[in-house]
Amino acid sequence: MPLGFTAIYWRDMIKFARSKAMIFLSLLQPVLWLVFYGISMSNNTGLFFAGTSVAPPDAITVSYMTFITSGVIGMTILFTCLYSGQNLQFDKQYGLMKTIVVSPMPRSQILIGTTLSGITKCLIQTTIITLFGYILGAQLFAGFLLSNIITSAIGLILFSILFSAGLMFLSNMIGLKVNNHDVSQAIMALLTLPLFFASNALYPAETLPFTMKLLCYVNPLAYFIDSVRYFTIGPNFYAFGFNYQIGLEGLLSSFIALGIFALVMFVLAIFVIKNIRDF
Amino acid sequence: MKDAIINVEGLSHSYGKTVAVDNIYFHVEEGQIFSFLGPNGAGKTTTINLLITLLRIQKGQITISGVNVAKNPDAVRRNIGVVFQDHRLDRDLTIWETLEFHGKIHSLPKETRRQRITELLNIVELGDKRNAFIKNLSGGMKRSVEIARGLLVHPKVLFLDEPTIGLDTKARQRIWHYIKQINREENVTVFLTTHYMDEADQYSHEICIIDKGKIMANGSSSSLKNAIGKDIYHIKTTDDLKASQILANLPEISHVEKNSNGLLLYLKNNELSASKLVKSLTIHQIKLGNLNLLKPTLDDVFIYYTGRKIDSTVDA
Ligand SMILES: Nc1ncnc2c1ncn2[C@@H]1O[C@H](COP(=O)(O)OP(=O)(O)OP(=O)(O)O)[C@@H](O)[C@H]1O
Ligand SMILES: [Mg+2]
Repeated sequence: MPLGFTAIYWRDMIKFARSKAMIFLSLLQPVLWLVFYGISMSNNTGLFFAGTSVAPPDAITVSYMTFITSGVIGMTILFTCLYSGQNLQFDKQYGLMKTIVVSPMPRSQILIGTTLSGITKCLIQTTIITLFGYILGAQLFAGFLLSNIITSAIGLILFSILFSAGLMFLSNMIGLKVNNHDVSQAIMALLTLPLFFASNALYPAETLPFTMKLLCYVNPLAYFIDSVRYFTIGPNFYAFGFNYQIGLEGLLSSFIALGIFALVMFVLAIFVIKNIRDF
Repeated sequence: MKDAIINVEGLSHSYGKTVAVDNIYFHVEEGQIFSFLGPNGAGKTTTINLLITLLRIQKGQITISGVNVAKNPDAVRRNIGVVFQDHRLDRDLTIWETLEFHGKIHSLPKETRRQRITELLNIVELGDKRNAFIKNLSGGMKRSVEIARGLLVHPKVLFLDEPTIGLDTKARQRIWHYIKQINREENVTVFLTTHYMDEADQYSHEICIIDKGKIMANGSSSSLKNAIGKDIYHIKTTDDLKASQILANLPEISHVEKNSNGLLLYLKNNELSASKLVKSLTIHQIKLGNLNLLKPTLDDVFIYYTGRKIDSTVDA
């Protein structure tokens, strides 16, 4: 079995561990979302949704902070992965990629290595944001038994891996295809905007206009956030004036959607890296 | 053509309208040090990129160690090592990490890797700097790291694109010593481009001169020198322009080259005596100021075939 991906992974992680400023900044952004957006909106949701509907008796009612912690986790993974794709772009720009692609290592190993390092970064961030949300008063894993917490944590990790893998394949593909750093950065920014706002990260998708809702149906971020809410809050809860009944079917459709997303991106990325010549 | 480890037939490559390589044929025998010489923009790097599977082959055929490069690039990559012309290093890694990374992607076993890295760092005299970051190295040190990286893997064919550019004389010598050693002891074939004629002359078994994408000459250094004429006169006259026209018509002279210092007369054989030379000039009222008899050097061969002075190389 080719182990070249371990070299790629090793290098990415060394550089990640060294970039203290980058780690700090990449955590600062989600934390700022939680602090500024989360806290200020928490004080307003009561006004917006006063009397719109009443929590059903079988659903747990959770705070807005609890609701958006999942959204911020999704958003952070989205940003981290799309940003990481630029690493391959830099490798290309600084010519390092040439030395890698003339080595006997299969090119798919590059993809696997960078994807694994992206996943690692995302898992670290997810953990830290979850803890931080907890500190800010998000009711995560509230009322769970210890065994439930453990299975939920495992589920959360598995879905995070699936989602970040799909995103890493996508961003690596863009990083490989685009020859100009500014262009690739612009593409990433352009992608994050619709993905983020046509989702259920900050508000319920049910209130979105029809076309946005359609976008939401093909948006992996929305499926991922559903699964995070399932694992951290529960299958049936009430927040932001809405009753969320994700249930096992919801979790299953998230799994299928994220699985398809990761698979399609993997196939496309492999195709791109196998056929690209201008390094 | 037995034992040709590299075989190139009818190879052409264009970048849009620019024809960089124009229908070239050559072969390199196993275990040789082969120098590919030519002026800037001659098509050397393009040829190397075609050989090492970085460019898609548009026309022609290449085999390396019996493997067709177009059909089976993966198998070719198992047989080659490359030092690229321009800097290709990760600024944020240390020297040691750079070499470790390269060894790992070439699946060198840990023991061999560590041992070779230590050995090579001593050769390029960077042993005590192994934990320094690439971004903090001087240009020559960076080049040394790249050479050490290229030499880490002992492949069947090692491609060196202007390897010693920007290095001091001592460093060049130490590196050449190592290249000769792996060439001799491990039968590594070396494909080299360089603008240092002394290097090509001293170290290579075979030389190939390319200009504007076409092969102008090939052979051993001595056969190339002999081919351009036995000897060369270097003269200075009162009217170099007119003299060059007159002398070019003499049957004994194969070729006249003008340089800033006078004229170079490439002789077909050694029968042109100095007195005949003087006589043929004085008929036209041209006086000879200076006359030197030179043995051809590889520089002369280069100028003869490319019609240009040797490019002064720029440190990248
Ligand atoms: N990527 C490219 N796109 C377009 N043209 C190119 C490209 N690379 C090289 N060329 C052109 O091809 C020709 C040959 O270039 P090449 O790099 O092979 O020369 P070289 O012999 O290696 O020169 P040097 O001694 O300066 O390194 C030049 O005219 C150059 O402008
Ligand atoms: Mg070149």
